[in-house]
Amino acid sequence: MKTAVVLFPGSNCEQDTVKAINAVGSSPATVLWHKDRVPVETDLVVLPGGFSYGDYLRAGAIARFSPIMQSVVDFANAGGLVIGICNGFQVLVEARLLPGALLRNEGLHFICKWVHLRVERSHSIFTRSEKSVVRIPIAHGQGRYFIDDDGLKSLEGCGQVVFRYCDEEGCTSVESNPNGSIGSIAGVCNEAGNVLGMMPHPERAMSEDLGSADGRTFWKSLLNGTLTQSH
Amino acid sequence: MGKVVITPEIIAEHGITPEEYQTILKILGREPRIVELGIFSVMWSEHCSYKNSKPLLRTFPTEGPHILQGPGENAGIVDFDERLAIVFKMESHNHPSALEPYQGAATGVGGILRDIFTMGARPVALLDLLRFGDPANPRTRRLVSGVIEGIADYGNAVGVPTVGGECYFSPAYDGNPLVNVMCVGVIEKDRITRAVGSGAGNLVVYYGNATGRDGIHGATFASTELTEESEDKRSAVQVGDPFMEKKILEVTLELIESNAVVALQDMGAAGLTCSTAEMAGRGGMGIRVDLDKVPQRAANLSAYEIMLSESQERMLAICEPAKLEQVRGILNKWDLDAHVLGELDASGLMKVYHRGELVAELPADKVSENSPVYEREARRPEYMDSIPDAANANLGPATDLKRELLEFLASPNICSKRWIYEQYDHMVQTQTLTPPGDNAGVLKIDGSRHSLAMAADGNGLYSYLDPFEGGKLAVAEAARNVACSGARPLAVTNCLNFGSPLKPEIFYQLSEAVRGIGAACKALNTPVTGGNVSLYNENPEGAIWPTPIIGIVGRLDRDVKPVKAGFPAAGLDVALIGPPARDLGGSEYVRWRTGKVHGPCPACDLDHERRVIEVLVAAANAGWLASAQDCGVGGLGVAVVESLLLGKPGLGLELDLGYVARGNEALRVEMFAETPGRVLISAAPDHYRQIQELCSKHGLPIALIGQTIQKSDQAAEAAHVGPELHGMQEPLLGNHDAELGIRHAPSGLRVRIGHLRNAYESRVSIFPPEKPVALYEA
Repeated sequence: MKTAVVLFPGSNCEQDTVKAINAVGSSPATVLWHKDRVPVETDLVVLPGGFSYGDYLRAGAIARFSPIMQSVVDFANAGGLVIGICNGFQVLVEARLLPGALLRNEGLHFICKWVHLRVERSHSIFTRSEKSVVRIPIAHGQGRYFIDDDGLKSLEGCGQVVFRYCDEEGCTSVESNPNGSIGSIAGVCNEAGNVLGMMPHPERAMSEDLGSADGRTFWKSLLNGTLTQSH
Repeated sequence: MGKVVITPEIIAEHGITPEEYQTILKILGREPRIVELGIFSVMWSEHCSYKNSKPLLRTFPTEGPHILQGPGENAGIVDFDERLAIVFKMESHNHPSALEPYQGAATGVGGILRDIFTMGARPVALLDLLRFGDPANPRTRRLVSGVIEGIADYGNAVGVPTVGGECYFSPAYDGNPLVNVMCVGVIEKDRITRAVGSGAGNLVVYYGNATGRDGIHGATFASTELTEESEDKRSAVQVGDPFMEKKILEVTLELIESNAVVALQDMGAAGLTCSTAEMAGRGGMGIRVDLDKVPQRAANLSAYEIMLSESQERMLAICEPAKLEQVRGILNKWDLDAHVLGELDASGLMKVYHRGELVAELPADKVSENSPVYEREARRPEYMDSIPDAANANLGPATDLKRELLEFLASPNICSKRWIYEQYDHMVQTQTLTPPGDNAGVLKIDGSRHSLAMAADGNGLYSYLDPFEGGKLAVAEAARNVACSGARPLAVTNCLNFGSPLKPEIFYQLSEAVRGIGAACKALNTPVTGGNVSLYNENPEGAIWPTPIIGIVGRLDRDVKPVKAGFPAAGLDVALIGPPARDLGGSEYVRWRTGKVHGPCPACDLDHERRVIEVLVAAANAGWLASAQDCGVGGLGVAVVESLLLGKPGLGLELDLGYVARGNEALRVEMFAETPGRVLISAAPDHYRQIQELCSKHGLPIALIGQTIQKSDQAAEAAHVGPELHGMQEPLLGNHDAELGIRHAPSGLRVRIGHLRNAYESRVSIFPPEKPVALYEA
């Protein structure tokens, strides 16, 4: 699978993401400069974490106007796989490739810590062969997922919620929701299922000595899958 | 402003003494122009010239086979493996943070990051050492939240993990908070770039942010005492832009990678003045700059303002004319411009032009390298002879040690600092093996088989009681913390935070602390590679406690797994390396209980410390250590609790302190005394016997004091006091039924782990809740 990681000025997780992909994938990831276009033979585009354009104005708000974004939108609309992690999720939401919004955390502070996630769509291409509860860290200041009532209903109805914050046993609660996200939502996909956004960082959970290797199964499921099996 | 008449008032306003002015007249052979006076003023400030501390700093041991760069550059460099080296340095941003905590702290992070990447290294870790006033003081709260947010917003955005630090509160820092930041970077040895300009005809290239009026005279301002009027100097505080920092970081590394530049210097304290004078001065060159070429973001900046502005995120490079297009190409890729300000020449003069006029012409080396040096008078302060002894402190009877332990755990200086470090990204770059909250931060270094450990410590109370011992202890504790991870301490950076050196009592503290640091660095074979001096940390109420902070980097060889503070399993022997506690002198416990300072200062035995390091490193290399935890502030009692709470959930611990005399008073001393050189370890019984042998070979006392046990068979009926505790962010993990038991005649104590955790994580003492909180039910 040919994977491209987009580097916006201010991205800071692109190398971690490349490391993670190269650790489990069969072909090395390439880094795309934000002034490039998505090459035609690409299978997967990753928008990495960081603070694109300093997150000035609002996280992701400037990056969506970055030259590469039009070709990312075209790529997604043509059915290409796109993942946004943390800041990448914020960019996807700003670019309207995913519904909802990401607001400042409930406590108004940046939070960096390990959380548990419940995998809600275990048959999605993103999460095939995934364990049902995984341990993956978060690191964000604007990660509180929000969507209006109708939007939430349709999201839940169409099975677009991919990850929820939970405790070790997989139960959601106020305590296990680190940032006040509606419905404890940590990651969502679009209706077609080819665009995923998530606040947690699977590229940071690649080995036990760093705290968890649960991210490996995520990347493996994604990179070793075939596109036709996406639903 | 070409025709300003230099009056004695103007000279005094620039912080230049009449004697220094005479020296300036001699150097120039004429009266200085106003721009020149401004240049001398910042270059000869303590911050840039170390004029009051240089004779002391020269006494530090600075050499060793593994030291690639000692003091005098942007940062120190120590050898790491065949290919890589470690670049590290610590800086203070105390004065700006006192006035404008958010920007002061943020730009402190920015400045130290630039020191590291300017040498060609990629920053891989940050540590923050914070000191604030009394938490009950409303001003403290504003400073705490501003400083922490400033550090978080800047460090997080640039993508450098914060892997360690300290936060300590005392009325001694009311009005003068300390913000010291250490940065560690990794470099390929053949990429080391120095701030030494060379090659006549080479171009002086400016890139990064445009120049504004912010931070004018920041360096001189940082070298005076804070007064009411300081509030008016707010314009002297700079404003940070982490996005620009991230861009110039990547650009700078790309410039070095592609061999496009000869030398690099960031514009930090004293801005364009310092960077141009030092580049030329160090290389024995002359430099000519035209200020009209400087990009400006404020209208009508004078030459004086441009030269002295401390606008952030600005860089100066020296490049060969033939490589200018290459430099421009790299900068343009990141939407930055290359501004050619002038060139180097062989004249030895620093020549500054503005609007076609020569506004400054000075010998570069005289300005940068030959600043005045003073031997100040030192006098032992009188207070040192009248410090009460902890043996006479009014501590009351030790009837309820359980309650005391819990309340102590919840006190501001002991409680968990998770509420701080969770606001910092400590995982970005995916190298963090040991996160904050442990003895040392440990990183695996991509591309190397070794791991890198780092810690920074300093105890102002110890140094107040005895600055010589305090200096030794700062080094010993940082080294011990690094060694607890299994790493061998390699080299030291420091930040010396003191009051005004013009006062003989303060200068005594400074010189004694420096003597102590030097002695310890020599004994522990950790040379000093550089650092920072922050003097004049005073306000009308007085000076801060003398606070030398020591940062140490160490190396974990080959694929040795870092040892952590937490007990990892049940069935381990728990032991104490080091002597029994001596007394409660200098302890946080007595200070917390009485609100007063009591001596004597814990005495630091450097030979003992050296042997402790040897044993820890050897035991870690052999794979015998299951955990190791330094008994630092709070003593053995706090160390035991931290090892439990950082360890595997559900573990309990049974301790038997049989070597302690009968009675709760003696137990209290053993639990809370801060006798140095004590380390709490755990190991499988077989391994414990080997560690015991190792200790006896090195002449170190070791005592088996307990075992870790699994208490999962008990019902989870433990009372859950979590929810009503203020500031609790999540339910407490793990089993709450396990206990810490300390057997001791006649009574001993038993506490549930859940209660310990609630107290330790509560923060109630720093941010008091509206309703009173019970730390445990009676």
